[in-house]
Amino acid sequence: MSQNGQADRPLMRDVWITGCGLVSALGEGKAQHWARLDGAAAGEAVDSTSFAPFHVYPIGPLELDRHIPRRGDQRAMGPLMQYGTYAAGMALQAAGVAGDEDLLSRMHLLAASGGGERDVELDEQILATLCGGEASQAALNEATLNEQLMNGLRPTLFLAQLPNLFAGNISIVHGVSGSSRTFMGEESAGVDAVRIGFERIAAGQGDLVLVGSAFNASRWDTHLIYQPGGLLLSGPMRGLWDRPRDGICLGSAGAFLVLEARDHAVRRGVAPLARLSAIQSDRCGRTAGAAASNAARQWATVRPKLRDSALAVLSGACGSGPITREERGFLQDLAGWGVDLTVRGTAGVLGHSVEAAFLTNLILAISCLERRKLFAPLAPEEPLEVRDVGAVDQVLVTGWGHRRGEGMALLQTVE
Amino acid sequence: MSRKSASNRPVAVTGIGIITSLGRGRQENWRKLVAGSSGIHRLTRFPIEGLRTTIGGSVDFLDLDPISVPALSLALAREVCAEAIAQSGVGEAKSFPGELFLASPPLEQGWPQRMILAQRMPGIRETGPRYADLLQAAAQDCGDMHTDFLNGTIADSLAEEFGTQGSPITLSTACASGATAIQLGVEAIRRGSKAALSVGTDGSLQAEALIRFTLLSALSTANEIPEQAAKPFSKNRDGFVMAEGAAALVLEDADHAKTRGAKILAYVRGCGEAADTFHRTRSNPNGAAIVGCMQRALADAGIGPEDVDYINAHGTGTPENDKMESFGIQQVFGARASSVPVSSNKSMIGHTLTAAGAVEAAFSVLTLNEGLLPPTINYAQPDPAIPLDVVPNEARRADVAFILSNSFGFGGQNVSLVLSREAT
Repeated sequence: MSQNGQADRPLMRDVWITGCGLVSALGEGKAQHWARLDGAAAGEAVDSTSFAPFHVYPIGPLELDRHIPRRGDQRAMGPLMQYGTYAAGMALQAAGVAGDEDLLSRMHLLAASGGGERDVELDEQILATLCGGEASQAALNEATLNEQLMNGLRPTLFLAQLPNLFAGNISIVHGVSGSSRTFMGEESAGVDAVRIGFERIAAGQGDLVLVGSAFNASRWDTHLIYQPGGLLLSGPMRGLWDRPRDGICLGSAGAFLVLEARDHAVRRGVAPLARLSAIQSDRCGRTAGAAASNAARQWATVRPKLRDSALAVLSGACGSGPITREERGFLQDLAGWGVDLTVRGTAGVLGHSVEAAFLTNLILAISCLERRKLFAPLAPEEPLEVRDVGAVDQVLVTGWGHRRGEGMALLQTVE
Repeated sequence: MSRKSASNRPVAVTGIGIITSLGRGRQENWRKLVAGSSGIHRLTRFPIEGLRTTIGGSVDFLDLDPISVPALSLALAREVCAEAIAQSGVGEAKSFPGELFLASPPLEQGWPQRMILAQRMPGIRETGPRYADLLQAAAQDCGDMHTDFLNGTIADSLAEEFGTQGSPITLSTACASGATAIQLGVEAIRRGSKAALSVGTDGSLQAEALIRFTLLSALSTANEIPEQAAKPFSKNRDGFVMAEGAAALVLEDADHAKTRGAKILAYVRGCGEAADTFHRTRSNPNGAAIVGCMQRALADAGIGPEDVDYINAHGTGTPENDKMESFGIQQVFGARASSVPVSSNKSMIGHTLTAAGAVEAAFSVLTLNEGLLPPTINYAQPDPAIPLDVVPNEARRADVAFILSNSFGFGGQNVSLVLSREAT
């Protein structure tokens, strides 16, 4: 029996990736990302003033009309849902599914999303009223709170705050109607959305899956989720692999993939971008070494699928010191076990996009496979990053949560 | 009836746990449900001054202080998981042989947390504390305020406590969430898992949530007599009543359950799902998604509408939902629509939101076992536009072999389940 309590029934069908869409601080689409990652300009994407003392990797203005044509739809969403709906449109277009009602009606949607976006101005107004100028003396007057909320909340904003509306908007804008499920739960939600999509296709429970996520870092309320206890990097920027516990810089992203059964893609004449050869997801209590133990077990499952060639690793390490060092230790162990590998920690140039981090790296992995090479080291001071492994035909993607959950996927070229 | 292939074979239910405003555990809940009791009451958890709706189905009998959405949602889920697993007898202690699929409300820090942070910033200027100030206070010793309000925390705690396998999944399809959790469990078992723990929980009855639904004009304002406010399918229905609760179902590969000699309570025979692409809060007037998900569930179960003995309705009591659900039932059931009994558990327990699909599936299992249809209470003014047999006001004996259970969500996510007494 495997980790997931599954009987030894093989998931038989090959799963291809036939479309992808990505927006982040580095731009839009694979080509722009490659140019920035492989050039010297990657580090310029950070904004260290708007949310000082924190560092944020924001998404620049998007031409929303390209993938969210109706203004009414644009207005019904906050930036988080816009990023996701936009990236989903890119992925559908790339896979040749956009506008095809037959395919869309059979397409399953798996989205990973956090909570929505609060009305920060209203929250601050209400706090000012509740605190009356001297916060330390204030008590929470709930009757006043009721009144303030009744008068201040905007009904439409509620909808932009519901995580399932993230998927709902994609269904409405792009017509994806086979099914719709939204996973919550930070980094693991992104990993598990891909895993469930993969398992459904492999087991014949669907041929076509749209899976993705988005994250909006340019928000104070989002920072407040991660800062209690101290997890966000403040002060001068530091290399990803060498930060203190408060070492996370948040980054915005929208990342979507089209997963497809190989036979289905062949029948409709679509070329694969990559083969999703394996995906693993697990949890542990996060005592020291437990996450690395999970990753070692996952590696044992993935290993038989590896080719003899070298291995490129795109790590989703978030930057918080203890867990990032534990992951680095695991990757050093892999190298010590004789695996010819080199690593890129993408949060160092994109920021950490939580639910969207794993999906973002899957798309960057596709770029590497298309070019048969890895982009330049992002952290030249880190020995794991500077090794040159030559031609790349397989990429391992890791996604360890900042608080919980460990994910691993293997993408390979389709020969 | 068509033959079953391995890919959509029946999945056994071997344990259920229920907690609602009616009480604790499946027995107390069932006794009160079929007696037509209401769990709806005047809210006392927070001041109701200035609110248009002052009633709800809050669960106030768990000893929690302070009450927060994650703390209550976790406490509710723990109760029902323990009850369901104990009944099922599956696995070893603290080692459940399958994955966890949890429907739970989206989390965020609430006003008490914002105020705690604000109070840590003495001498805040006249404008009051800004988010930047809260962040400055947050870096101090308050790690729980981080962990407790992560969306993944409840499932992670349950996974640790009950020893479920792999990565636990937390999901939201709004008011269909509980049914989606069951659907994910069924799919996992059909892929080869031995078991799955499917749970819906909701402890989110806070002032801000109530006000948000008020501003969408979704809630009943019939505050005078709380237990009469929820009146699904009635002509004078005026919205749903927010409520809390949880249910867990132990799903199991039928052969696995038989081999270990487990008592099989019921089977999940089919799941159907369809997303509405029409509007964020309204169904497409053509009913396509509602009709589609009921038809897909029947097809997945390999049965036709003529085989269905009872429908456990979504039945929220909003003017829009009940009209559309009735319309959809008429489309699917044709001439039989007016003779198939349809009732709404929400008339008694209110709308348990994220948990509703799981709670109502668990009640459907009991309906199959007991041969007794729970009523739709508060049915005093029939709506001529809804020509259904709603099992008005009193429970009714019936021989029930197949149940269709509907869950329709804000945002257009719709799920129907087919449950049955027998495997074939």
